[in-house]
Amino acid sequence: MPSGDATLLAARSLSKRFGGLAALDEVSLAVRRGEIFGLIGPNGAGKTTLFNVLTGLYPPDAGECLFDGERVSGLKPYRIAARGIARTFQNIRLFANMSALENVMVGRHVRTRAGVAGAVLRGAAARAEEHGIERRAFELLDYVGIAARAAQPAFGLAYGDQRRLEIARALATEPKLLALDEPAAGMNATERAELARLLTRIRAGGITLLLIEHDVKLVMGLCDRVAVLDYGRKIAEGDPAAVQRDPAVIEAYLGGALA
Amino acid sequence: MTSAVGRWRQWRDDPWLRRLGYCAVTAALIALPFVVDAVLGRAWVRIIDVALLFVLLGLGLNIVVGFAGLLDLGYIAFFAVGAYSYALLASPQFDLHWSFLVLLPLGAFVAGAFGVLLGAPTLRLRGDYLAIVTLGFGEIIRIFLNNLNRPYNITNGPQGITLIDPLAVGEFALNRSYTIAGFTLAPVHSYYFVFLACAVASIFISLRLEDSRIGRAWIAIREDELAAGAMGINTRNLKLLAFAMGASFGGVAGGLFASFQGFVSPESFALLDSIMVLCMVVLGGMGNVGGVVLGAALLTALPEALRYAGPLQKAWLGEVYVDPSDLRMLLFGLALVLMMLLRPAGLWPSTMRRRELAGGGEPGAVR
Repeated sequence: MPSGDATLLAARSLSKRFGGLAALDEVSLAVRRGEIFGLIGPNGAGKTTLFNVLTGLYPPDAGECLFDGERVSGLKPYRIAARGIARTFQNIRLFANMSALENVMVGRHVRTRAGVAGAVLRGAAARAEEHGIERRAFELLDYVGIAARAAQPAFGLAYGDQRRLEIARALATEPKLLALDEPAAGMNATERAELARLLTRIRAGGITLLLIEHDVKLVMGLCDRVAVLDYGRKIAEGDPAAVQRDPAVIEAYLGGALA
Repeated sequence: MTSAVGRWRQWRDDPWLRRLGYCAVTAALIALPFVVDAVLGRAWVRIIDVALLFVLLGLGLNIVVGFAGLLDLGYIAFFAVGAYSYALLASPQFDLHWSFLVLLPLGAFVAGAFGVLLGAPTLRLRGDYLAIVTLGFGEIIRIFLNNLNRPYNITNGPQGITLIDPLAVGEFALNRSYTIAGFTLAPVHSYYFVFLACAVASIFISLRLEDSRIGRAWIAIREDELAAGAMGINTRNLKLLAFAMGASFGGVAGGLFASFQGFVSPESFALLDSIMVLCMVVLGGMGNVGGVVLGAALLTALPEALRYAGPLQKAWLGEVYVDPSDLRMLLFGLALVLMMLLRPAGLWPSTMRRRELAGGGEPGAVR
């Protein structure tokens, strides 16, 4: 059943409250296989909360998430990562003192097996696996364009490179869905264009993308479909051009002043 | 300067020079107890033996604190568990005399189980909070050992357990002196070689673990636990594994200690000893195996060396002005403070610690 279904990720009436604040209020959305799905909305609309619920950081108060036909809400983050959802963070969360290469190698953890015995005895199988981890990590650094920085500690990388490194680390987990929380934040126009190219390439490689982004231009140029959140509620969903014209969306973004 | 470094690199990478280097180090380590015995006296061989036990302890704690970043202030409890496991099963206390070949792995296993026992309820804790709980755990173990003599006498309470069996294979027991080809092999010498073998094994295991999938996952947890989880690392299991692995090193060290001393009592496992092991790890260079070995050696030797403070005063100043036992701990404390001021990342820091203290990332927060 899973692979035949056109919907990869389905959120059904997800709700999440923090005290009196409804960060998510009955949000439903469906991300199709192979598309780039954009999640937009003003600050505090609940986009990151939705990400955190999808990736298992918070359990939802109500509703459920189905990924690849199976329920993932309520699972621990590492299990969700194993199912095939990888993410990046709005405020970059790299392993700061590890090298760029090591950061990506950590991402391979979930797809590799060596345990304590393998680590200590380092038999043929463990050596081969370790070699494979390093090779794949290097390939991914090359893929996102920072192979030259492999040996540098993550904290010393330029901001844009840190963003790329986070993407490489997430790709190392072999995700079916890559969830990016404001990947273009703090980037200049050139970096944004490069990022857009990278994301298109990742999608061409067969990975579905879920994207939170503020930059409307980037979202409109890149995404196949978008959903708009406002005050924890989904106010629009569909084709980027149509959503852009939606009065409710204009109202939410501009406070109705220009509507 | 650069050419010297270049030449050093060349030497280091030459396989034959490397092998020669290994042989020289092995020969030096074999000769060490006999040379020290001849030059400094037998007491110093004993100090070296103790230092090797502390290498084991330091490396065990390094897995927990250095790799996984879990601050453990009760680590000596695992040493106690190992020591009492050995003592109870190889002494007249219950008239059991199991072989050390069974007891040392058993000690590692029991201590590892206690590690999980400590780890499981503290999984959500980090930093200062974890430190407080582990500190309490260490004290609980010590107080248990102190009081488990009533209503049934298990540990013999504060009197401790005496007449513990030495390491022995058949008739060959390590607590006796042997003369081989004119060489006198005293107990301190034979124990030295056993401890050395264990220390080398623990160094080997630590190095291999650090540079592996497991080691990277531990370091990732230390750097950013939330991100590590999101990358598919089962943080719960890996933290428990770190506690268990670290504790098992302590358990082996405890068993060796019990057989070496022939006597254990709860007072050998006080909070100060936990702190001492932590000092070795931090001062040597947290997370770096070589640094921890260096820290263990120095911090065991330093207080002993400071015993000479009395005789030296007499020799230089004609009179003992300050009681050496007071001066000893004062100088020791001063040395600790100075080392932390001058080398905050430790004497021989790991690359990562060096990066961190060179103004880089606090774990978890880039910039």
